[in-house]
Amino acid sequence: MIKGKFIDNLPRVYGIYTGGFIGFIILMAIGEQMGMTAKAIGIAFVCFTIFIYALIGWLSRTAQADAYYVAGRQVPTVFNGMATAADWMSGASFVAMAGGIYFKGYGYMALLVGWTGGYVLVATLLAPYLRKFGCYTVPDFIGTRYGGNLTRFLAVVVLTVASFTYVTAQINATGTIASVALDIPFQYAVYVGLVSILLCSMLGGMRGVTWTQVAQYIVLIIAYLLPVFWISNEIGAGFFPHFMLADEVARIGELEQQFGFVKNSAADLANVPKGLAGITKAHSAVNATPWAFISLALAMMMGTASLPHVMMRYFTTPSVKAARKSVGWSLFFIFLLYSSAPMLATLSKLSLIDPSLPTGIIGKSIAEVQAIDWYQNWNQANLMFVSDFNGNGTLELNEFFMGGKAVVLATPEIAGLPYVISGLVAAGGMAAAMSTADGLILAIANAISHDVYYKIIDPKAETAKRLTVARVLLVVIGFAGATIAAMEIQGILGSVIWAFDFAMSGLFFPLVLGVWWKRANREGAIAGMALGLISGMGYLIWVRNGGSGFLGITQLTFGIFGSAVSLVAMVVVSLMTSAPNAATQKMVDNVRVPAGKSVI
Amino acid sequence: MSKNEQHWEKTRGLLFVTLAIWFVFSIGIFLFGAEMNEVGGPFGYPLTYWFTCQGSLGIFVILIFWFAGRQEKIDEEFGFSESEDS
Repeated sequence: MIKGKFIDNLPRVYGIYTGGFIGFIILMAIGEQMGMTAKAIGIAFVCFTIFIYALIGWLSRTAQADAYYVAGRQVPTVFNGMATAADWMSGASFVAMAGGIYFKGYGYMALLVGWTGGYVLVATLLAPYLRKFGCYTVPDFIGTRYGGNLTRFLAVVVLTVASFTYVTAQINATGTIASVALDIPFQYAVYVGLVSILLCSMLGGMRGVTWTQVAQYIVLIIAYLLPVFWISNEIGAGFFPHFMLADEVARIGELEQQFGFVKNSAADLANVPKGLAGITKAHSAVNATPWAFISLALAMMMGTASLPHVMMRYFTTPSVKAARKSVGWSLFFIFLLYSSAPMLATLSKLSLIDPSLPTGIIGKSIAEVQAIDWYQNWNQANLMFVSDFNGNGTLELNEFFMGGKAVVLATPEIAGLPYVISGLVAAGGMAAAMSTADGLILAIANAISHDVYYKIIDPKAETAKRLTVARVLLVVIGFAGATIAAMEIQGILGSVIWAFDFAMSGLFFPLVLGVWWKRANREGAIAGMALGLISGMGYLIWVRNGGSGFLGITQLTFGIFGSAVSLVAMVVVSLMTSAPNAATQKMVDNVRVPAGKSVI
Repeated sequence: MSKNEQHWEKTRGLLFVTLAIWFVFSIGIFLFGAEMNEVGGPFGYPLTYWFTCQGSLGIFVILIFWFAGRQEKIDEEFGFSESEDS
């Protein structure tokens, strides 16, 4: 595969790939008609897609540092946008987001605003400048801008804390999907997921990850949108759900009024399996205080701009100009999925609770619901549960419980779509979790191999040795993540949100002020990173152990406190110590201008 | 040096405008979430609901492309654009 030629042929290559994937879906659909079992379809989908990713990973193998760390800095804008979107949208976005909206409504949708609005900060404050800088990793920027090994090392620490928190959740998600689709125990499935992840990144580093992420984006977006459109048509809600669900949203409001939100007693709830929830909040009404909404959105936005695995995607564009545009494309591709999640939640909820629809189960007799095929399947998978609390024999709204994942995973089946769609959704979820895990593991391994090993420990190391270290670290970090994931400590979503808070506590202001405030110096950056991370973490531990918190900052938004401390510490300490030297000031001037050679 | 300073001043001006628009649609409007939701929005959705599902998200996409174009113009004006460089 010739490099220049490959880049020029990208639209064709991925066009053929997309066509091939659609062909595969059709083939599976025909297989289903001819009696292929649901399990065989699921296995075929997951194995086929992983095989393709591994093939891309192998074709992208490289022995050059530039290709390994920044994909040779030649990834075109639109394709980098797709890769970033896949990098960004994790197993949580794919599997858990629609479920969160389904259960919590408006208060949860702060995440939609936060996880998109953050890209405005990325585009304006950071990405183009870090691209001009010419660094390989985010700590590379911190270390060079502020000078000294300690700044570099602290940046690696913050990066590792944030990314590692995030990556265990992703490996957990690949394990969950692999265990369901391949029907193997979770503890083994986690390692199947891990090996698939490493196949994409080990040989080609950033180059391999880039081209697999583009392929994964195509799979995950088809897997998300196709069911949404199909279900909407199936239940007669409109052929383009995004513009046509107003009546359905209003209807859910009416039904909520009619059923009422009956509170269950603690004794009744004790019978409900762990992790399942009932509908207790209004679908489209404003059900959170402004501050609760805004603080969560703000934390996610600042976290977005501080997460290294996203930032480093913009190091791969050919120019500063391309980096800016690429942020726009990234958000566009993310928008396609995020704007569909509330529609899926609406369709899912309506098809379950509307008694006038054939799929509606509320108001039916309990025995009747328990006899439905899909109910039995998902009840067995521990994702659905009904119980006749009031003993009237009829299912009420407060007597139906579901797991958050079921909204994405089970709705196709509930709406009566063929099983091929469920297989496709499994492949999409796998793609989403794998692509994010790859980006994260690579971010950590690259930071440690480049910033700690090459820049601090052995600056004379040859390229071959550096890349060997990078690859060994990749495997070690992957296995460490998988081992923790196999212990199943936290849920998928909680740890994802923590990662944002950790990243913003330690990195947001040191990064932003590094470009936008010339006076920021080494001592300030050290104080900002160390105190930011420590205070954020301290606040989290305090609230987790029964602390009351203040200003309405919760364990989901502790980054607001951490980053505020970081800002104050950084400004105060910078002003108390001497200004950065002339060379550093000149470096900042250089970063602010797109033209000319990169700084490093 | 002064050319660099002028360029940076304009860049900063654009940043403030962009962040002001960003602030309105990511934070500002949600201060009035409850009131706004009483109003009908595009396609018949309640207004606040529409902003959280599509409105704000779409505005961010457009905003970034608009910002990228404006910044490019500023860079060109001062001859700092990469195309003129290489």
